[in-house]
Amino acid sequence: MTHAPNVPKMNTLFRLQFEKAQGCFVLLYPEGMVKLNDSAAEILQQIDGLTSVDEIQHQLQQKFPQAGDIRDDIEEFLATAQAKRWISYV
Amino acid sequence: MSKDAHVGPPLWLLAELTYECPLHCAYCSNPTDLGKREDELTTEAWLDVLTQARELGSVQLGFSGGEPLLRKDLETLVEHGRQSGFYTNLITSGIGLTEKRIKQLKAAGLDHIQISFQAADPELNDAIAGRGKAFDQKLKMAEIVKSEGYPMVLNFVISRQNIEQIPQILELSCQLNADYVELATAQYYGWAFDNRDHLLPTQQQLRHAEATVNGFRDQQDNAGPQFIFVTPDYYEDRPKACMNGWASTFLTITPDGSALPCHSAKILPLDFPNVTEKTIADIWHKDFSFNHFRGESWMPQPCQSCDEKEKDFGGCRCQAFMLTGDMNRTDPVCSKSDDHHLITEAIEQAKNPTAPLKHRKRVADIALMKL
Repeated sequence: MTHAPNVPKMNTLFRLQFEKAQGCFVLLYPEGMVKLNDSAAEILQQIDGLTSVDEIQHQLQQKFPQAGDIRDDIEEFLATAQAKRWISYV
Repeated sequence: MSKDAHVGPPLWLLAELTYECPLHCAYCSNPTDLGKREDELTTEAWLDVLTQARELGSVQLGFSGGEPLLRKDLETLVEHGRQSGFYTNLITSGIGLTEKRIKQLKAAGLDHIQISFQAADPELNDAIAGRGKAFDQKLKMAEIVKSEGYPMVLNFVISRQNIEQIPQILELSCQLNADYVELATAQYYGWAFDNRDHLLPTQQQLRHAEATVNGFRDQQDNAGPQFIFVTPDYYEDRPKACMNGWASTFLTITPDGSALPCHSAKILPLDFPNVTEKTIADIWHKDFSFNHFRGESWMPQPCQSCDEKEKDFGGCRCQAFMLTGDMNRTDPVCSKSDDHHLITEAIEQAKNPTAPLKHRKRVADIALMKL
């Protein structure tokens, strides 16, 4: 099922990268850093401004078949990410 | 040292490239002894500092000063910083910036530009900055910074000189489409300490300013700039958690290569190491000065038996030194401090300044002006 707004994109204020010293992915922004847990990092890595939430779910489901139904987790995280202005919708 | 086990990396690296500056703000926190241009680190030395700090786990890199644009090798340093994986921040007055340079810096990989403003109109801005046409230049550059796609932070140092302009400052920030806006009341270090009587707002002025900002924020509806209001600690009951704890997160390298746990620590009676003589890892993990105020064992009373010592780490060592002459004492901002009367006296004294306002200038420049 498709419903708008459906394609998330990263806010250009934030840069996602792996930090060896932290042992995790982080979001970097002016003078600040947020450490991400594994699932948040997995979801954010799928966001490219082209891929829809449905497709992101599909890709992650394939990557982690043992995880079960992850739709709610993804939507919950995306809502948080939007509230924090990490992402917006195309 | 046993204290060393808990020390994380210097997440924040502040590269003070030069103390030269085209502006003369009386609130400047640079040291009043600005040093010599000839003693500044070379490009190679700075590149090496960035490489070493990044290997140690530094991730935020601030290019600051003085005015970092005065270094012609800024683009080279930005490029190296970005390629090493730093998030690169340029902290500038906007003076000396051009459209061409904004584009060059973008090509070099600069992530973010922070522009300082002194006020919301040309008259007051340029009077505080001690330089004509500064406001117009800042305005023009802010527009180009945004149109080139940079995240933009505006920084207004708030003092008695401009605190009545808060509504106009909020409006200007929205007009310029800033992402974040720091409304930071002056901190009394360096030149600002000498000018404190002219800068420190009254408590009523502060309350009013903060209420104005809060009111504005409430009607923003999660859109427009994010405003950050920083109150001066002189009106708090507890000291600030200065630098998030001594040598816990921040590493400042001054123009001549001195390594400091904060940008004003050079005033303290401690020998600080220089990056031309020691590695960053040795400085951060082993140097006497960096270990000196780590942890709690150095703390005097009332800090030692205080249940808030893990929140504020005893406050600011520089402030304790400037106000009491002893860097080991509790920050006098704390109402539990035996020296707290120094703060209440300072607030009282600021109502009737006796010394004239001192604009930031080099001694040599002042001598020249007298001729």
